[in-house]
Formats: sequence, structure tokens, C-alpha cells
Amino acid sequence: MATKTHDVETLVKKEYEHGFFTDIESDTVAPGLNEDVIAFISRKKNEPDWLLEWRLKAYRHWLEMEEPRWAHVHYPPIDFQDISYYSAPKTKQDGPKSLDEVDPKLLETYEKLGIPLHEQKLLAGVAVDAVFDSVSVATTFKEKLADAGVIFCSFSEAVQEHPELVRQYLGSVVPAADNFYAALNSAVFTDGSFCYIPKNTRCPMELSTYFRINASKTGQFERTLIVADEGSYVSYLEGCTAPMRDENQLHAAVVELVALDNASIKYSTVQNWYPGDEEGKGGIYNFVTKRGDCRGVNSRISWTQVETGSAITWKYPSCLLKGDNSVGEFYSVAVTNNYQQADTGTKMIHIGKNTRSTIISKGISAGHAENAYRGLVRITAKAENARNYTQCDSLLMGDKCGAHTFPYIEAKNASAQVEHEATTSKIGDDQLFYCMQRGISEEDAVNMIVNGFCKEVFKELPMEFAVEAQKLLGVTLEGAVG
Amino acid sequence: MSDTAVNHYVSELHRLQKEMGCDNLARLREAAIGRFQSQGFPSTRQENWKYTDVRPLTRMPFSLPETGMVADHEAWLNEARLPGLDCHELVFVNGRFSAELSRTDGLPEYVVLKNLAVALEEDRTLIESLIGEDNADSNPFNTLNTAFILDGVLLSVPTDCIIDIPVHLIYLSGFSDEGFAAHPRNIIALEANASVTVIENYVGADNSRYFTNTVTDAFLQENSSLTHYKLQQEGRGSYHIGNFNILQAASSRVYSHSISLGGSLVRNDIHAELKAEGAEIALQGLYMGTGKQHIDNHTRIDHLSPSTQSRENYRGVLNDQARGVFNGKVVVHKDAQKTDAAQSNANLLLSDFAEVDTKPELEIYADDVKCSHGTTVGQLDQDMLFYLRSRAIDEETARSILTYAFAEEIITQIDLQPVREYLEYRVIGRLPDADLIKEFTV
Repeated sequence: MATKTHDVETLVKKEYEHGFFTDIESDTVAPGLNEDVIAFISRKKNEPDWLLEWRLKAYRHWLEMEEPRWAHVHYPPIDFQDISYYSAPKTKQDGPKSLDEVDPKLLETYEKLGIPLHEQKLLAGVAVDAVFDSVSVATTFKEKLADAGVIFCSFSEAVQEHPELVRQYLGSVVPAADNFYAALNSAVFTDGSFCYIPKNTRCPMELSTYFRINASKTGQFERTLIVADEGSYVSYLEGCTAPMRDENQLHAAVVELVALDNASIKYSTVQNWYPGDEEGKGGIYNFVTKRGDCRGVNSRISWTQVETGSAITWKYPSCLLKGDNSVGEFYSVAVTNNYQQADTGTKMIHIGKNTRSTIISKGISAGHAENAYRGLVRITAKAENARNYTQCDSLLMGDKCGAHTFPYIEAKNASAQVEHEATTSKIGDDQLFYCMQRGISEEDAVNMIVNGFCKEVFKELPMEFAVEAQKLLGVTLEGAVG
Repeated sequence: MSDTAVNHYVSELHRLQKEMGCDNLARLREAAIGRFQSQGFPSTRQENWKYTDVRPLTRMPFSLPETGMVADHEAWLNEARLPGLDCHELVFVNGRFSAELSRTDGLPEYVVLKNLAVALEEDRTLIESLIGEDNADSNPFNTLNTAFILDGVLLSVPTDCIIDIPVHLIYLSGFSDEGFAAHPRNIIALEANASVTVIENYVGADNSRYFTNTVTDAFLQENSSLTHYKLQQEGRGSYHIGNFNILQAASSRVYSHSISLGGSLVRNDIHAELKAEGAEIALQGLYMGTGKQHIDNHTRIDHLSPSTQSRENYRGVLNDQARGVFNGKVVVHKDAQKTDAAQSNANLLLSDFAEVDTKPELEIYADDVKCSHGTTVGQLDQDMLFYLRSRAIDEETARSILTYAFAEEIITQIDLQPVREYLEYRVIGRLPDADLIKEFTV
């Protein structure tokens, strides 16, 4: 459970493990954003006209929008004209059909990240749709999924092969002009994942995408769309690492989930992008819009996230509980160290009758970091018998960090039951003493206590992720106490 | 539209500046109205006013009331007086001080308790220094109050002086033509080891539309203690905005009880700064909304020093189309180690047309702290209702009993018996089958 390295000094000084840079000739467009760039992206992806129109509409909206400033984070203004909006590995033209055709350098990168694709083929049945920069390069287990009727492919592929599905659901949960970053994403998104589970199908394996940011100065604008048709079930895993870099990189993804009658979606994230160095220099800006739409009766959407990376994390995976008896869940662990800032939480909008939601949020703040929970629970007037339970706990390590809680609760129905609880504390000296007195080093003891603190969330993660998440936690908090 | 309202108050001040007198305050007023002009009335786009729209308040040009007495005041005074309470009493009618109705005899000479207007004439330095320290000017209504500073109370308690008899401030409003605004300003200054109990009681006529914009500033020196009650029973057509600003020195203690029953649009702000070690504050609150009432309670507690403690417990009962808003913010500043802060807000939503918007906030910059908050929105317990029904109590009465039991948790915290009994009577009086409940509860 705890990391095996015990020398605190070396741990503190340890550099970001995944910091390396693979040199691949990128097909990159010059920095800047205008309608031509959007048309270029759309042409490059061979998109239908309606999609280009949709992008341009989003762009025009975006031009009129103001960058939001309400989050509890601070960063220098972003120059949106200084970002290159398209970058694709050269191999894209050839369109690799199997692993053998994939650029060996790419494979090498994955190797370093500990995602051996060919091994994973044999492993616990996880199909990987790996996004390297903006274009998907390898997709495994396609056949098995195809047998079940499940569509799991890159977004650009979906646009080509299933345009009717994409057109029907794209922007139906997060409209193109939803917010500043969602609008930007809608205008310039390059790729992402698309997933459709047909009626009464239980997806035969856990679907997984590994993101990786590469190529300097390229913002990543992923678009993920998951549709679970009536009576279906899917568990989706998303995990990220990024190479070390000095410049701040913007990442503004949009994730849309649609659950129809009796469908269930479980979406798990482990986010470990480069958080910046010990002085807070560099690191990824992670401004993400994630929203799930429980459109059908008895539908369920469950978000689980472990946020350890990024210089700034700003995301609120939300649930629109439209269908009667639908269920929304949010389990989150957000860890910030050094100069990281996180403003994260969820929105649960109860619209249907007998809707239920659960929010469990654990924030851990160390070093000079700022960690905020911001959540909204809204019970609309027609949501009879809605039920919410929220628990937000914060753990502080060190006297220079901050932990904040901003829960909004709006209830308009007299049958609503809403509960919110929050606590903030530090690791108890007596807990530490108890562990150390039994011969456990301080670092390990802290790890144990922190893992115990996060247990409620970790148990929601799929097995492999749970292990990875615990490791990550240990690495992120190295040297935070002692 | 809001601009017109702002300009109205600016021209009001210029019209009345001479009449209000106290030349030495002219500059203070001018500066304040200047600040108010740049602030303007808050809009719902501002985070602090997200759930409270003050536009109804800006649509009507409220003017300062004329001085003078009103008929029938005795009946109203009796209504406002707390039976069995021996107190020093200051009475304000339509925001203006009434010396005839007030009685402060029996106070030790060294205690200052007088109308602010009088105090302003006598000792300008003291007041200016106190108002100069005013730190809550970010609230436009606080600024507006400063711009019209005149009547109110100055209560100054010297070192080691403990006043046993509570000070009761009665504000009777709504007995004149429509559309007057009152801006009472109260200043409570407690020297080291001093102790006092203050009751602010706002009573108004239902058939009048008026605007009360009150500010109370409390300055507590070392080891002093203030028990403060605010009973807000304004008329049903009135607007009530209240700011209560508290500065606390080491080991000082504040016990605040804020009960909001009246008014159509009500906003209570409490802002406490715990500036030195050992300072403690406890905030209790009860708000009950019926009809179309809108009652907003905002509190902010700043823990600026180590080993400070805060407790907060607010309860709301919302019926009909009423809307309740609660926002409790606790900020633990850097180095305020060993802070102990607990906060709780519970709401009873009794109608499908009522609404509750609650937001407890924690902002913490120190690590060795114990902070928690909890908030709930819910209904009467079905099992409890069943229990009462099974004992042949009709549904309405059963609901009233349980509603009262919910509110009672705040009322029982009140130490001063006459205040507690008065509130029990008032709260029960608002519920259906009041007479029956009295049999059960008393």
C-alpha cells in the first residue's frame, strides 16, 4: 500500500516520474485561433458540414463570453492566441490497423508510462483507446466489443462512421455555449472517445482511455461522448499522465454522458498530469466540463475521480437527474501539494421524482496548495421525494495550505431531504504516534492514514485503478509531512 | 433603474444634510454617500446577493421621516415590551429617537447610554474614531447607513463594569405615511472586563411600506462580554436590512441570538472578527417565513488569531411561498491555529412553493484546526407525526407541535427568561392551533 522508498530526503527531491518527451514529427498548426483554424481542423478531420457549422457557432458564442473568475484559483491570464489548436502524430495518415503498424516511438512512450498495450491485450480484458496528443493511434479489443454491438472508437472515427449517433447526442448534455471553456472546446476539439452501448447490453469489459499530452504548446481539447441505451451498463476508465514541461498547458475537455431508461454508467478518472515543480512553475491547467444526463427512468450515473495532478484543476462532474428514480453519485479524492490549486466538486440537479444523489468528497491539501470543494445540490419544484447526502472532508498537511468548502443547496420541494456535512482537520498526532510506536515509519504512517481517509472513494474504483490511485497518492504527498 | 434609486438617496442626503445637523459629521456622510454611489445597490450577480434580489427595495423612493410623535404609541409599546423584563429602555419611532418614551434611570453615571445624535453633538472624537474603524463598508447598505448617520444608540461600558439590567432598544415603525426610511446606527463599546446584554426589538405595522436599514457596531475589549438579541418583527410590508459588525479582542465573548419573524424582504448580516487569542462567539438564529416573505441570513466569522472559537446554529421554518436563505462563512486565517469552529443550519420546508437556499462555507488557511459544518433541508418526521396522530391529536395540531419543537431548539438557548417566554409566545402564535399547542408545551 505505502511506497517502498523510505528516504524522505530523496523522496522530497524526486522529480516527476513520467517527465520525458518523445520526439515525433507533429503536424501542427501555427498558434492562434480564428474561423480559418476551425475550418482547417474540420477539413483535416474530414467532417460533415453540420459539424463545422456547429463548431463555428460555438466559436462565435465563445467570442462573446467572458473568462470565468469565480473559482478559488489564481493564475496569469491565458493568451488564447498563443496556443496551437491542432497537432497530430504523422502516423495518422497511414491509419495503423494493428499494433505492428503503430510508430514504435509511441509504443515506447506507453511503455514508459507503464501501459504496455500488447500486454494489456492479454490482461484483465481492458480495451485501450489511447489518445496520443489529439489523434487516436491504437484501439484494442475492437472485435470483442463489436460482437457485443458496443461502439467504442475515437471521436473522429465516430463522426465518419456513426454520424447520426454523434449528431443526435453531441452537445445534448453540454450545449456548445454552456460555459467559456466548453464553448472553446466545442469550437476546436480535435479528438476524443466515443462510446455507444446498445439496448440491454452489459459492456463485456471495462473501457479505458489513456490520455497523454505531448508536443509543446499544444492545448488539448478532448471530447468524450458516452451513450448508454436502454437497459445497458458500462464502466469507463480515464487516466492521464503528462511529460514534464515549463510552459503552462491548457486542457479544456468536455465529457458528455447520456443514460437512457434503466441504463447505468460508471465513469472513473485518475488524473495525474504534470502539477508543476516545487516552486509552482509549469504544470497543466485542467479546466474540464463533465456532465452526465440521467435521461431515462431508473438510470444511474456514477462519477469517481482521483485528482492528484495538474497545476490547476477546475472541474465539476455533474448529474442531471431527469428520469424518475434516477441516481447520481460523485466520489472524489483531490490531492494538492506544493503550489497546486484545485477547485472541484459536483452539481446534482434533481428534476425527476424519487431521484437520489450521493456526494462523497475528500480533499487533501499540503505544501502551499489550495483545495476547494464547490458543489451544488438543487431540488427543483417538481422533484418529489428527492434525496441527497453530501459529505466533504478536508485534511490539511502543513500550515501554508488552504482547504475550502463552498456547498450550495437550493431546495424548492417540500418532500426534499438534503443533508450536507463537512469537516476539516489535520492528521492527528495521536494517530501518527500510534502507528510509529508500532515501528511504522512516519512516511508510511501518513500514507496509511491518508489512504484510510480516502477509503470510501477508493472502494468505488475498479481494481487496477484503486491500486494506481493509492500509489499516486503516496507519490503526490511525498515529503508533505515530516 | 437602480441608478435612479442611488441618485435618490444622494439628493436626499444633500437635501437633509443641514437639517440633520452635527456639522462635524457632514464630511463623514459625504464620503459615505460617495462610496455608496460607486457601490450602487447590490445585484444578484454578486455572490453575496445571489439569492436576494433587492430591486423591490429600489423601486420606491424612501425618505427620512419627519420628527415627531405618533398617536397610539402606548398600545404598540406594550406590544413590544417583554413582560417581566426589568430593563433600560430606549424607544425609536420611525427611526427617530423619542426621549419622552425612553427611560434609562438607574444606570451608573460612568456608563454612557444615549441617543447617538446627542452623543455626536457632545463628543465627536469618540464616535468618529469608532466609525472610522468600521470595516464592513463593502456592504452598500452599511455605507448607506453611515451616509445618513444620526439617530441610534451609543452604549459605552467602562472597564470592569457589569451591567445586570439589560438594555432594551425598541424600534417602532410604520406609523406614518408610506415610504420612509430609517437608518438607525448603534454603537456598543465594551472596555476590558465589561459586560452587558442588549436587546434590539424591531416592531412595525403591517399595513405600511417602509425601509429599516440598521447597523450595529460592537467593539469588545479584552475579556468583555456581550449578549445580544435581535428580535425582528417588522410589519409585513416592510424591508429590513441589518448589519451587525463585531470586533473582538482577547478572551472576549459574544452571544448573539437573531430571531427573524417579520418583514417582507429581510436581510441580516453578521460579520465578526476574532482578532485576538481566546475570543469566542456563539451565533444562534431562527427564521420563520410565511406568505411571500424572503428572509436572508448571512454570517461571516473571521478567525484571525490562534485559539479562537466559534459556534453557530441557525434554524429555519419555511411555509407557503416563503424563501429562506442562509449563508454562513467561516474563515480561518493563516496562523490562526487551534481554531475551533462548528456550524449548523437546519431547515424545515413545509410547502412545495417555499424555497431554501443554504450555503455554509469554510475557508481555511491553517492546519491545526477543528472545523465542521452541517446543513439539512427536510420535513417533519413521519414517524413522529404518526405517534402523535395515534394519540388522537389531529394532523394540523401534530404538525404545529413538531414545528414548534424544531424551532424551540434555538429558543431554549436563550438564558434571559422574559425574552425566552416572549418568543415562545410569539412563535407559537404564528402556528395553527396555537392555543392547543400551548397546552402541550407550557
